[in-house]
Amino acid sequence: MIEVQHLYKSFGTVEVLRDINAKFAKGKVSQIIGKSGSGKSVLAKCIIGLYKPTKGKVLYDGKSFHDMEKDEQRQLRQEIGMLFQSNALFDSLTVLENVLFPLRMFATMSEKEMLERAHFCLKRVKIENSDKKFPAEISGGMQKRVGIARAIAMNPKYLFVDEPNSGLDPQTSIVIDDLIREITDEYNTTTVVITHDMNSVMGIADEIFFINDKQLMWQGTRDQLLKSDNEALNAFIFAGSLMREVRKTIT
Amino acid sequence: MDLLFHIGRYFMLMGEVFSKPERLSIYWKRTVEEMDLLGVKSLGIVSLLSLFMGAVITIQTKTNIDSPLIPQYVVGFTARQSTILEFSPTIISLILAGKVGSTIAAEIGSMRVREQIDALDIMGVNSAGYLILPKIIATALINPFLIVISMFLSIFGGWLAGTLTGIISSSSYIQGVQYDFDSYIVVYALIKTVVFAIVIATVSSYQGYYTSGGTREVGISSTKAVVYSDVVILIMNYLLTQMLLL
Repeated sequence: MIEVQHLYKSFGTVEVLRDINAKFAKGKVSQIIGKSGSGKSVLAKCIIGLYKPTKGKVLYDGKSFHDMEKDEQRQLRQEIGMLFQSNALFDSLTVLENVLFPLRMFATMSEKEMLERAHFCLKRVKIENSDKKFPAEISGGMQKRVGIARAIAMNPKYLFVDEPNSGLDPQTSIVIDDLIREITDEYNTTTVVITHDMNSVMGIADEIFFINDKQLMWQGTRDQLLKSDNEALNAFIFAGSLMREVRKTIT
Repeated sequence: MDLLFHIGRYFMLMGEVFSKPERLSIYWKRTVEEMDLLGVKSLGIVSLLSLFMGAVITIQTKTNIDSPLIPQYVVGFTARQSTILEFSPTIISLILAGKVGSTIAAEIGSMRVREQIDALDIMGVNSAGYLILPKIIATALINPFLIVISMFLSIFGGWLAGTLTGIISSSSYIQGVQYDFDSYIVVYALIKTVVFAIVIATVSSYQGYYTSGGTREVGISSTKAVVYSDVVILIMNYLLTQMLLL
């Protein structure tokens, strides 16, 4: 479980996050939603330790990440898988080498076992036939899958996914969402997804966290989301025509 | 204040770079790759520059000291001294700062803006060590070879220009090259080369590592890498010369 306690983050004099408190449960898909620029990516970067919070704590199974020694942080990070919005694949490495990368850096197994593991991960995300290609030679959706394969290579306890559907067509988005859901169930990971895609939220979220005006304004399940009378939340989620239809249907 | 901030952050980054590597075998493999990319692939430009610079030094020396009172072999002697003391270690390092420094800053800067460095950090990899240490070791190991090759080619270029134009005989030139040779000047040149190689790799890596923004900023980092590497090389050149030759 990951717990965020009274987290504040400012850049210079600009406050981005104010008193955020949240718990992300094991085996669940927790989605952080909010408008562009609302601070959800900053929150994610504070949680994974790329930014140091101005105040507050991030606890991984009870241990404060930012109070750990550097070596301890690196040790913990080997248990984190992350899919970046830009995929962040190493463009000079092939698809297979990208998945092999964390294994070669940290795994204590033979080269043969590493190859088997990498092929298994690629097969898991249904992209095993593109293993010799470079990231630039495959589509955005395939790159996302490679990113997921790399993220799960080390059997992560925590999975972070930043805007998994950005730049993808609706069909591919569903495939990626399903994959995130399946992997969370399979590996029992604490999965945190940052998104503003309501289709994704309605598809796979167990717990939803709405960030607005620097604060965590609302949290709850999908059912609670549709019935919420929070004005800012409603303005955000019912901005899309599909969601307006969903509301009509349920009311 | 800004300068102090950068100096402080540079040394903090170096602290990260020289912390314990995760897998030595992977670092070594990367070092060999970097030696090829940053060293071997610079051989062409270094050779070309050295040959022509040696030729120019010889012709200019000859035309400027054309006196019956000065022996012919002085041309070869001057070509050797200029080449070993200054031209090969310093001027070639300045050229390499342009070629290698911009490559390093652009590569690391692109990785930064494409979140690849963040990806390394999230995986638990010491991104500074993984990306920068092999470049430092590679340049520190390969640049002395490049400079020694440059020395030979520059002196050879001088001989070629001198004998082909007929301004100096082959024997006089070779006599000058061998005259009063003190091997310490080669040691001095190689010490400078290693220091300059470390300057090029670290200053350029620093510029790339702290790039923020997009492709335009990567370009700015590359330019800064070359300019600041050159400035630091010139300062270090003065300091080392004072320390090692006085």
